[in-house]
Amino acid sequence: MVYGVLRFINFAHADVFMVGAFIGYYMGKIVPEGTIWGGLLTIFVAMIGCAILGMTIERVAYRRLRGGPTLNVLITAIGVSLLLEYSGQVFFGAAPRTFPALLPSLNFQISGLVISTNQLAVIILAAILVLGLQFIVYRTKIGTAMRAVSLNPKAAQLVGVNNDIVISFTFALGSALAAAGGILYALNYPSIDPLMGVMPGLKAFVAAILGGIGNIPGAALGGLILGTVETFVNGSHVVDLQGRHSPSRSSS
Amino acid sequence: MSVESQSRPRAIRLPPTPSSLNSQPSTLNPQLSTPLIPKPHIALITALLVAFGISHFSDHIDPYHLDVLIGIGINVILAVSLNLVNGYTGQFSLGHAGFMSVGAYFSAAVSMNLALRLFGDDGGSVSQQFLLFLGALLVGGLAAAFTGLLVGVPSLRLKGDYLALVTLGFGEIIRVIFQNVEFLGGALGLNGIAPYTTIGWVLSVVAITIFVVTCLVHSTYGRGFLATHDDEIASEAVGLNTTRYKIVAFVIGAFFAGIAGGLYGHFKLTITPTGFDFTKSIEIVVMVILGGMGNTVGVILAAILLTLLPRAPPPDRRIPHGDLLLPPDRPHAGASARPV
Repeated sequence: MVYGVLRFINFAHADVFMVGAFIGYYMGKIVPEGTIWGGLLTIFVAMIGCAILGMTIERVAYRRLRGGPTLNVLITAIGVSLLLEYSGQVFFGAAPRTFPALLPSLNFQISGLVISTNQLAVIILAAILVLGLQFIVYRTKIGTAMRAVSLNPKAAQLVGVNNDIVISFTFALGSALAAAGGILYALNYPSIDPLMGVMPGLKAFVAAILGGIGNIPGAALGGLILGTVETFVNGSHVVDLQGRHSPSRSSS
Repeated sequence: MSVESQSRPRAIRLPPTPSSLNSQPSTLNPQLSTPLIPKPHIALITALLVAFGISHFSDHIDPYHLDVLIGIGINVILAVSLNLVNGYTGQFSLGHAGFMSVGAYFSAAVSMNLALRLFGDDGGSVSQQFLLFLGALLVGGLAAAFTGLLVGVPSLRLKGDYLALVTLGFGEIIRVIFQNVEFLGGALGLNGIAPYTTIGWVLSVVAITIFVVTCLVHSTYGRGFLATHDDEIASEAVGLNTTRYKIVAFVIGAFFAGIAGGLYGHFKLTITPTGFDFTKSIEIVVMVILGGMGNTVGVILAAILLTLLPRAPPPDRRIPHGDLLLPPDRPHAGASARPV
């Protein structure tokens, strides 16, 4: 979505994801564990916090580079990503921490499949967020403005769209979603550390490209395909180069 | 202008970048700001002699400083080789660590297997080890160059962001392949590599790399790289085969990255696939960017700076959590085991 509007790959997105997870971690100390409203409140606060962070990054780092070659913005994005990662190490400490169990942990059994509440939360929340995003982008005025800016920024300005506000809003929205993603990820893989965003960030790019950059349902589909393929390959037995059968190893 | 006043011929300068023809205006314009010294061959021979001299005095230098110097040298080779691809030819490659890993693994495999077979238990004489290491490095470099060819060919049509992502992807593919090849250690990495890398080796390869890249870019053939960077359409229009220049840049850059990887492997004595991931690629890219893409002297200085900067505190490591930011150092006890 950010790519569609701004035409550059935001490497820092994964680190906003990480910050969201850490906000969730600290919220988890205030909020009682194991309640649904606690979990939802945490996600909500993290989304707001990261939206502010995203808008700040955009204003400080990317705004001045608009109109220049996209390579410069790419390099700056890498810089922001490194800044966030290692500032995280300075402020949060590089040691991994355990993410609190924000949602009540129950397990449901649906015809032979065991699903925990965390996994259910991922499915439900992801669906809600994607649908919400679709709604915002296609049914609201600001969404139409976003699409206009992504098609032709100058023409959008001619019809009265304030590019700065639209771009800030895009970043805020994207960062809020990243934060939600961060918390959902941390709920399911409870160890968090400041460098946790690197791998999911890479996979997010792959998913976005797979689905077609700038295409929101495509990105969602890309993410699904990537996740499914990865799980199947990880779980499959592959013959390695010495003829032994072993579960194949790939990136975590 | 009257007929009598004859203007003296002016030195030829590179014209400013024509941005109108490019869909992506290029502000990264590497003017040949590094003046080519008049006799590069003499400089190379001098540098090799200096390297030889330093290697003879290496016993008198503090082993920690030697290690830092070797690290600097390896980073300089990586940065200069990436500078050829990113800076001079303008192909923003984020997968350089992949080439480095290919070189490291292949050279380590060659040296480990051949050393046992050729030398038996005693490890061989100095000249035998020299030849073996040379052979291993070349094998690593050539393997990396071949990988560069494989990566370069599909990436040709892509520009900017997409090229960056594809090269990033290739770097990750290479890493995952090595993670799954049990023969080369798999995810646990390759251990027990012989410590063949000395300061003399590193400085010699640094000299050769800088020589090759600088002379290449300043030659008439090398103008093609700059032309490809500046404006591909115009370059094709004057008859330059931009495809070939891009592939050559990738291959040569990968070759030197492979040699650097081989040196790295025989320096750290242990290599793991995760040590050559996207983060490592970014480190090298940062050196190139900091030095000014397309400026060899700047890139060398940036490589030196960025290698020294994390090591600025004294070795007793007073920075909290600083340990996790620094790459693992070779144990100094290994210094005495180096071949003289």
